[in-house]
Order: sequence, then C-alpha cells, then structure tokens
Amino acid sequence: MEPLIHYAPYTGWVYPNETVIEWSVAIVVYPYITGLVAGAFTVSSLYQVFGFQRLKPVAHLALLTSLCFMLFVPLPLLLHLGHPERAFNNLLTPHWTSAMAMFGYFATFYIVLLMVETWFAFRPHIVEQAQKRNGLLGTAYRLLTLGSYDLSEEALRYDRKWIFWLAIAGIPGAHGLHGYVGFVFGSLKAREWWSSDLMPVVFLFSAIISGVALLIVLYVASCKLRRIAIDLDCLKGLAYTVWGFIMVALVLEGLEFANIVYKGREGVDMIMQYVSGPLLIPYFVLQFAIGAILPLLLLSYMIWRGTSGKALIAGVTLSACLVLLSVFMMRWNVVIGGQEISKTGRGLLSYQMQLFGKEGLLVAALLLLAPLATLFGLTRFFPPWADKAA
Amino acid sequence: MKRETISSLIARRAFLRKIGVAGAAVAAGVVPKVAAKNESFPTPDYDWTKHRWAFGVDATKCIGCLRCVEACKRENDVPLTAHHFNTWVERYVYLEGEDRPRIDSQQDPVNIAASDSEGEYRFADRYQGAKVEKAFFVPKLCNQCEHPPCVQVCPVGATYKAKDGVVLIDPKYCIGCRYCVQACPYGVRWFNEEKGVSQKCYWCYHRITKGLQPACVEVCPVGARIFGDRNDKQSPISLFIRNNRVQALKPETGNEPNVYYVGIDKSVS
Repeated sequence: MEPLIHYAPYTGWVYPNETVIEWSVAIVVYPYITGLVAGAFTVSSLYQVFGFQRLKPVAHLALLTSLCFMLFVPLPLLLHLGHPERAFNNLLTPHWTSAMAMFGYFATFYIVLLMVETWFAFRPHIVEQAQKRNGLLGTAYRLLTLGSYDLSEEALRYDRKWIFWLAIAGIPGAHGLHGYVGFVFGSLKAREWWSSDLMPVVFLFSAIISGVALLIVLYVASCKLRRIAIDLDCLKGLAYTVWGFIMVALVLEGLEFANIVYKGREGVDMIMQYVSGPLLIPYFVLQFAIGAILPLLLLSYMIWRGTSGKALIAGVTLSACLVLLSVFMMRWNVVIGGQEISKTGRGLLSYQMQLFGKEGLLVAALLLLAPLATLFGLTRFFPPWADKAA
Repeated sequence: MKRETISSLIARRAFLRKIGVAGAAVAAGVVPKVAAKNESFPTPDYDWTKHRWAFGVDATKCIGCLRCVEACKRENDVPLTAHHFNTWVERYVYLEGEDRPRIDSQQDPVNIAASDSEGEYRFADRYQGAKVEKAFFVPKLCNQCEHPPCVQVCPVGATYKAKDGVVLIDPKYCIGCRYCVQACPYGVRWFNEEKGVSQKCYWCYHRITKGLQPACVEVCPVGARIFGDRNDKQSPISLFIRNNRVQALKPETGNEPNVYYVGIDKSVS
C-alpha cells in the first residue's frame, strides 16, 4: 500500500507546509472535463442557435458528449475531498464569498439543462422506439416519453422552440461554469502563477478549442466505426471553428505570460527559472509549440491549399488530437505548475504523482475514459447520427 | 402608539420567558448536552467580544532553539512529521560575498538529519567554516489576518473569524477541499490526511480563552514571542506594539496580518 501523504522534493526555500502538494492530478482532470463540456456545448449551440448548418451532423453528438462529460464533472472533486460525505454542505450552506460556493448550483443547473435539452432533442426517437419496441427496452423508452406521444408538426415546432431557448440558456451556463473554474484559480492572490484577471477567459477559450477538438475526434471515429462517409463540409466547419478559437486562446495565454514577465513582481525570478527549467517541455513545447502553434499552422496550410479528402481528414484529426493534448497540458501547468512554484518566491517543488490511490494516475485515466464509455453506451440508446435521426 | 409597542414587547418577553421555563422543564434531558457542548468549545463563560488578541515577534531575541515548534506540536496534536507545522522558525544567513540570504527551516532535510527525528528539531551547523556576515531567526505562525483570504475562499464557511480576532476552523464542518491551503499566502495552513480537514495555528485558542498564554509563548526562553489582549492597554502586546516600530508580513496582500514583527529584514516574506 502506498503511504497516505506524498512529499514533494524541493530546491531553494519553501514554506514547511508546502512540501505536501494538495491539489493533485484529480484537480487537473476536473477543469479538463468541464472544459470539454463547455466546448462540446458550443458546437451544439453553433448549430441550434446560430444556424451553422454544416455542423448538423455533429449537433446531437455534441449535446450527448456534453451531457456524458458533465455527469462526471463532480467525481474528481468528490474523490479529492477529505470529507466527501459533507459535499452537500456546499449546496446547503454556501459561503458566498467563496468562488467555489457557486459550483454546486452551476453544476446542478447545467446537468438539468442538458438532460432537458437532450430529452427534447431525442423526443421523436424516444416516441418512435416506445411504439415499436417491446420488453425492457420498450418500457424504458415508454417511461422516457413522460406520457407525451405527440409528434405532430405543431408539437415538433414547440420542441424546437424549447431546444432553441435551452441552447441559448446553456451558452452562458456552460461558459459561466467554465469561466468560474478559471476564477477559482485567477482570484487567488497567494500565487503569482494563478493570480491573473485573464485566467477565466484563458480557461474559457481553451475549453472551447478542447471541446471542438474532441468533437472532431469523436465524429471521425464514429464515422469509421459506423463505416459511413465523413461529411467533409462538417469537418471543415469544425476545423474552422478550432482555427478561429485557437488564435484567441493563444493570444490570451501569451498575454497572460507576457504580463507576468513584464510586470516582474516579486518572485518573477523563480517563475523564469521554472518555465525555463522543469516547465520548459510541458509549457513551451507541449502546450504552446506542439499543442497549439503546430495545429494552427497545419490547419492554416490546409485552408490555404484547399486540402480535401483523406489528407484533410488526417490533418484535421491530427490537429484535434494535438489541441486536446495542449489543453490538458494547460490544465496541468496551471494546477500543478502553480503549486510547484513556492509561495516564498524562492523555491521550486516537484509534484510526485501517485500511480494508485483515489488521486492517482490510474483513477485520473479512468475519469477521462468513463465519459467516453458512457457516451458509447448512450449513442446506442439515443443515436445522434443525422443520417438516421431527423 | 410607541407606548403600546413597548408594552406589547414586554408582554411578549414575559410570555417567552414562561415558555422558556416550561420548555426547560420538558427538555431537561437536553440541557446537560448543551452544557457539555459549551464546555468543549472552547471554555465556558468565555466572552469573545471582550478581547482583541494580538501576537508579537521580536526576531532580535530569537535564538532558534525551536522549543516553540516542539511545544506546539505536542500541545496541538500536530503530526510529528517534517511536513506539518502550526509554527516554525526560519533561519536567514548572509554569507560573505553573497547578496541573497540562505534560508532554511527546521524541516529542511539537513536539519532533520541533524536532530535525527521528525518530532524533535534543531538547526544543523551547516555553515561551519563559512564567513557569516549577518544571520537571524524569524518565528512564523498564523497571522490571524483582519481580512483572511482563507476565510474568504472557504466554500462552506467552516473557517471563520472569531470576534476576538482569531481565525478558527470547525473540523466537523470542513469538507477538506483545501482551497484555504492554497489561498493562504503565508503557507500556514496544512491538511490533516487522517482527519480529512484543514488545520492551522489558532494561537492555542483552548489556552488563551482560559487566561493562559499560547504554548509557544510559554516555552520561549528569551521572550521572542509576545502575546496579549489589545483591549488592555498595559498588556505585553499593547506595550510591544506601542514601544516599537512594528512590521507585518506581505502587507501588499491587503490581508492586514495581526502578528507584529520587530527586527526582520527586507528578505523576510
């Protein structure tokens, strides 16, 4: 059995209590999953609210993806808490000055919204299956109809109206949820690496690109699995979306770093030593160079050359995978990076990731795979494919 | 009109008193429980509105003997590890020809090796042979800030500022999210893995509410730690603050710490 506490080796001068790094990989996974929720919802909204027709093939998939990931958002936090059985205190007696106090309400509101929107979006399918199927599955579908079998044109128009307004409410909901995660870090004055007004927007835009990138990977994978042709127009639409948002994300992240360096407040020497040493590969190489600039150049090249066919699919999918890596590294570099720089401004710590245990690598990997497995199951129940639905 | 209101108030009070008497008689079994609760937290008959506690550190007096750290660990049941401290002592050493101090604390592996224990502490003689230009010790502990960021960020209000100025934690309500550990710029909060809650120095609240001194103050052989009530103009802390040019740590945070320092250096933060 692994010991209860993992001490972080350090160099320089750090406060004695800092030698235990309190926010682990579980807290890296948490904003990553939340970001994927917000990003996937953005794709769904681009179609439902803003009428981006070319994104129709992924609109319902985006909604289901958002729902599946959202279901797992509270899990890393519960695994992290010293007293998970007291988690509801957060809802029962919220302490309003805390950036964290809103979490329970935001998350609950958003899960409910996603479930209601999913229900409206898949109502025709539910009704159809309820009438067609027998047995346990048929009963499940019949329960899900909630007694409403009306599929008249008027009823469907009413559904669309609900979907439209729920999608509109979901945009501030999803982005608020994620911007708030950025605020949890950005509002802390104790750490120079976190304390930034830009943090909420940095989180938001990286969330959007991660969600769109995930959709690209899921869409391509689902088409391969279902052996159907990939709608290149849709893929291009997703690629343009990533391309546009990645610019903003890069500019914001660059600005944030530039601000830290240029303001040069106390402790900046240690930050410079950190980013040019232990953080060189995770930050400059993985997060910026390989994860953001490379896909941006690759996508720009393909747009410029008018790449099409298999080359486009390969290029866009590769870019999407790199963006997913970049955003994960961004979360890592914020959460773990912030704690590796001592509050003394004169020392660096080194996080020792556990393999086992409730906040270890294995659990973190499972937390990332669980929403995908859920999505795989849910697509059987609610097929989000445009060629069959609608 | 006014008289009517007052008389109705008096009548209501009389009525409530009657209910109270009856209620007490009915709920006789509950009464001892309530009394027991008051006893445990922290001292019966202690009135926190009557005190304004403050702490002083005279760094010019500290000899780095670390009795305070050991006393604190035992008094407050702090795990005997080199990673959990309510209070600690920092050593600043300027060697000849160096612009920046070398800083360590009792938890440094070299010092732990010197004491050969994670529960007993001493500073190793690690600068033997080097020419020391300037050296001094700085005791650290919770600053019980006027505007504590740890209290601000607690999502459930498990940590709060008492009327007498001490920042307390309710271990029965803390959910163990450790946001407060992150928010404290002084690194005074730590997480008790066994209890699943955050902990920190609370100036030995269980002692000061009984009229005793905090354990670290009590054991300091040189009087480097000063404690008292600022409401009492003649208390040691009031005199310490009045008679010295005192400083606080990291004033730029706006937390307004309540530990007052004398004899610290530019490099101390």
